Amino acid sequence: MVGMSEPCIGVLALQGAFREHRRALERCGARTVEVRRADQLNQIAGLVIPGGESTTIGKLLADWNLLEPLRERSRGGMPVYGSCAGLILLCTDIENSDQPRLGLLDATVRRNAFGRQRDSFEADLPLPEVGTEPFHAVFIRAPVLLRTGPDVRVLADVDGRPVAVRQGTLLATSFHPELTEDLRLHDYFLDMVRETPTRGQPS
Amino acid sequence: MEHGTIRLKTGLAEMLKGGVIMDVTTPEQARIAQEAGACAVMALERVPADIRAAGGVARMADPTVVKRIMDVVSIPVMAKARIGHFVEARILESLGVDYIDESEVLTPADDRFHIDKRDFRVPFVCGARNLGEALRRLAEGAAMIRTKGEPGTGNVVEAVRHIRMVQSEIRTLCSLPEDEVPAFAKDHGAPLDVALQVRHAGRLPVVNFAAGGIATPADAALMMQLGCDGIFVGSGIFKSADPARRAKAIVAATTHFNDCTVLAEVSRDLGEAMPGLEISRIARDERMQERGW
Repeated sequence: MVGMSEPCIGVLALQGAFREHRRALERCGARTVEVRRADQLNQIAGLVIPGGESTTIGKLLADWNLLEPLRERSRGGMPVYGSCAGLILLCTDIENSDQPRLGLLDATVRRNAFGRQRDSFEADLPLPEVGTEPFHAVFIRAPVLLRTGPDVRVLADVDGRPVAVRQGTLLATSFHPELTEDLRLHDYFLDMVRETPTRGQPS
Repeated sequence: MEHGTIRLKTGLAEMLKGGVIMDVTTPEQARIAQEAGACAVMALERVPADIRAAGGVARMADPTVVKRIMDVVSIPVMAKARIGHFVEARILESLGVDYIDESEVLTPADDRFHIDKRDFRVPFVCGARNLGEALRRLAEGAAMIRTKGEPGTGNVVEAVRHIRMVQSEIRTLCSLPEDEVPAFAKDHGAPLDVALQVRHAGRLPVVNFAAGGIATPADAALMMQLGCDGIFVGSGIFKSADPARRAKAIVAATTHFNDCTVLAEVSRDLGEAMPGLEISRIARDERMQERGW
């Protein structure tokens, strides 16, 4: 039974693996709602931007006037977690691209950094922020960060390139915890939401 | 570090959900598709409507065509191999395409066997008209399923029939007493272990897209409301009067498939859709959906 006091987490549902994120969050005890329009941002205390195609999701964010309202909520303290495409959309700089983005995470990202689908891989990754057991990380046409700003804390890397980071109330991973049974990153994000004084709700 | 696992194969399909995969034949069309918000493109020499019109044997595209398209877009690129033609598939894999469609749009190369897809690092999508066909493809290693519909017709009726059939058979499978499941699997030509997996989950274990006849934003939303995970548009975009505009409208309709206000807005002033074909006018042996076993 999910209590009403649990924060409601929005999962951006324009395109991509939003169903898997909802399932993972709900298994952690959160209430979730799919977000497709700006007015739906008012009911949520945190937002997950799923994996998918970053150009597709970025264009839909721009076309449906979600970019600015989302930036406002994030700057107002609402925690946001982006995985894969979500990480790309959070970054201020995207290598070789002028695609629409939120530009909240002070970092430069390289898309498809490991290559094409045949280069996609799974690996056990040390991620001390969520525990001593390594995290089984699924990288699908995944990005890496080439540069991170001074306020960005690197939580995990592959060959020295950041693949999990946190900057204040922003969390981003270039892999897909929603495709595994490991709920630690979703739990970690829910803790970030619970620790936000206003719970990120608009005043 | 592991590559080519079933999780990576089905995982990429999960990332395509809620999106539109568009057939393109040139780098210019690929750019238009990406610009419109396509989540992937299918690189082809000819769209299904032209393949249908041309007749003769339809084969894998020239690698130059596929490569040129891969070079201009950042979204995933798919390409088609003939049913059973594992060498065409190996060639496409070596080119680095992100997904292979073992497709009835091309002329089958084997009249009994499909490609053993488990053996590849690249994932495969396959067409299905019913649950048995979908489960046989999954047993062979397909990581994504799509309805067959009737390609190149701009007529959505067959795609609707196929998704309804798959879902109706899943409902039946889930409602059967345990001891009747093996007979159900046998009757449908479905491997028992995959049938049990579907019965346990109440759905296919992979993403299921709509394909074969989608020509308008309303068609796309119809297929999404019927429970498809995303949309393939073959001839419907680049055989229409204003491809860029129609492509964008179909992307919006796929995202906002439950919002009639949005659907009304994006359906306006799109110009002529592709000319359609009445299915009954196509001789049975010319129907692409009959290909595959």
